[in-house]
Amino acid sequence: MAFQIVEGCVNCWACEPLCPSQAIFAAKPHFLIDAAKCTECEGDHAEPQCAGICPVEGVILDALGVPLNPPGSLTGIPPGLLTAAMAEIRAR
Amino acid sequence: MALKVIGPGAGAPATGGCASSGCGGSSDALAHLPEHIRAKVHNHPCYSEDAHHHYARMHVAVAPACNIQCHYCNRKYDCANESRPGVVSEVLTPDQAVKKVMAVAANIPQMTVLGIAGPGDPLANPGRTLDTFRQLSEKAPDIKLCVSTNGLALPETVDELCAHNIDHVTITINCVDPDVGVKIYPWIFWKGRRVKGHKGVAILIEQQQKGLEMLVARGVLVKVNSVLIPGVNDEHLKEVSRVVKAKGAFLHNVMPLIAEPEHGTFYGVMGQRGPTHEELQALQDACAGDMNMMRHCRQCRADAVGMLGEDRGHEFTLDKIETMEIDYGQAMERRRQVHAAIEANREAQRKKSGETFISPTSIKRTRKATRPVLMAVATTGGGVINQHFGHAREFLIYEASAADVRFIGVRKVDLYCAGGDSCGDAQTALAKTIRTLSGCEAVLCSKIGFEPWGQLEAAGIAPNGERALEPIEEAVAALYQELAAAGRLEQPTPVAERMRA
Repeated sequence: MAFQIVEGCVNCWACEPLCPSQAIFAAKPHFLIDAAKCTECEGDHAEPQCAGICPVEGVILDALGVPLNPPGSLTGIPPGLLTAAMAEIRAR
Repeated sequence: MALKVIGPGAGAPATGGCASSGCGGSSDALAHLPEHIRAKVHNHPCYSEDAHHHYARMHVAVAPACNIQCHYCNRKYDCANESRPGVVSEVLTPDQAVKKVMAVAANIPQMTVLGIAGPGDPLANPGRTLDTFRQLSEKAPDIKLCVSTNGLALPETVDELCAHNIDHVTITINCVDPDVGVKIYPWIFWKGRRVKGHKGVAILIEQQQKGLEMLVARGVLVKVNSVLIPGVNDEHLKEVSRVVKAKGAFLHNVMPLIAEPEHGTFYGVMGQRGPTHEELQALQDACAGDMNMMRHCRQCRADAVGMLGEDRGHEFTLDKIETMEIDYGQAMERRRQVHAAIEANREAQRKKSGETFISPTSIKRTRKATRPVLMAVATTGGGVINQHFGHAREFLIYEASAADVRFIGVRKVDLYCAGGDSCGDAQTALAKTIRTLSGCEAVLCSKIGFEPWGQLEAAGIAPNGERALEPIEEAVAALYQELAAAGRLEQPTPVAERMRA
């Protein structure tokens, strides 16, 4: 079982030093998780560390591909509102 | 009655600080501070309003990670045109940062200060931040080192900061009450967990206050930054000011919220507005009774380079510094000479002010009471009026009154974004500039073109290009006297004419 980092990661380094298994590494275009090393923090921490500090919603997925930080969960911005605001800006 | 010539300091009240940047021997709002503190901030552009006319600073972006989320911040956003904290073009390793600092210090000899301010929280990246400081305290001993933090990890880092000679720390404190804080901070990362809501904010506040106390106890100068968020913490910031002053912070910097939907921040998307110039000034004035207020902050990027208000970062990208040959010993000698020349110039300006500065107070008795007037000034530094109106990307705002001339703040006219599809709107740059100067009745610059001249006059702002190269406060005082002598200041302040978009 392993997590993965997907597009949207802003390369902020916050997760990298926290990983108890040194599974996270800098890469282009964004950080990646070595699936062979990731333990999902099992046995080390009550909560997965990378997902606990990650500031961006939807960029760390569990083994089933489900975001550990779903839209709206970190920023408090209702996802619909964000989409609408961005569409409005693009339309200008 | 003849105009009386007064020396510097003659009008300064004995206690409580002098709000005038023109009074006091140091020509600074910090004039009443103890000598050892003044000596520390004398050439620090971020801490001393007078120093910021003469000295430069730089930030190195070595600290990408953050341990809290603020509603005014979005870690995703980066834009070359944008200037606000948290935005950078490239994150550096400590070694790259040290190299960049040496290159900048050699090429911009006015530089006195190196700060680490992000783009995340410096103390959430203790290894990278402290390694940078450790190297610099050895290799560039003539540069002051500062750090800016949200305070969460401060208590555990204080001793190491002190070990690296960091004697200036800025803590961003937006609240001292968790009920206010929950509207600003959605979560913190604390001891291996994301802590949301009240509980997280309470921890953050406790750590900030503890860190402040620890720094003060060790003799470190602490500045407190607060973001003014209308309707969220505006009234509350008066209490913040009182609390942090009581604990020993020496300067409070209340900054306006920057929130646009384009930034993708919570406040930007949710339509939270930033304060008006008037609201910001009113709050700074309200806090000023308790605290020294900083009003010249430019809210710079975490990779800014140069004088406050300018950014020369593009001259020092990694590939460019790679090719630069730096002899730091030689550079240090040149820096010493440049600093001596700056000090001689500052001293001369002070002396000149002492001889010729005529207090507007003296006019008071011969005429009816005159009202205060806001004036905008275009300057590229050096403490004098020396910038063409059309080249100014920001204006310094001074309030002249019958009692004194006081620095009020700075207004940017490039408004964080110089162009691009996402930022474009129909207004011309000039109309925007004039709107930014609302409330001012005069603008002092070295030169000004025909078209802006007419439009400024039409907006009730008198353009003035006659005082080029004069020291700013002297010129403002002199223009105030001209207006007073012409009988223009006896009526109440005209309602600021706001141009509509």
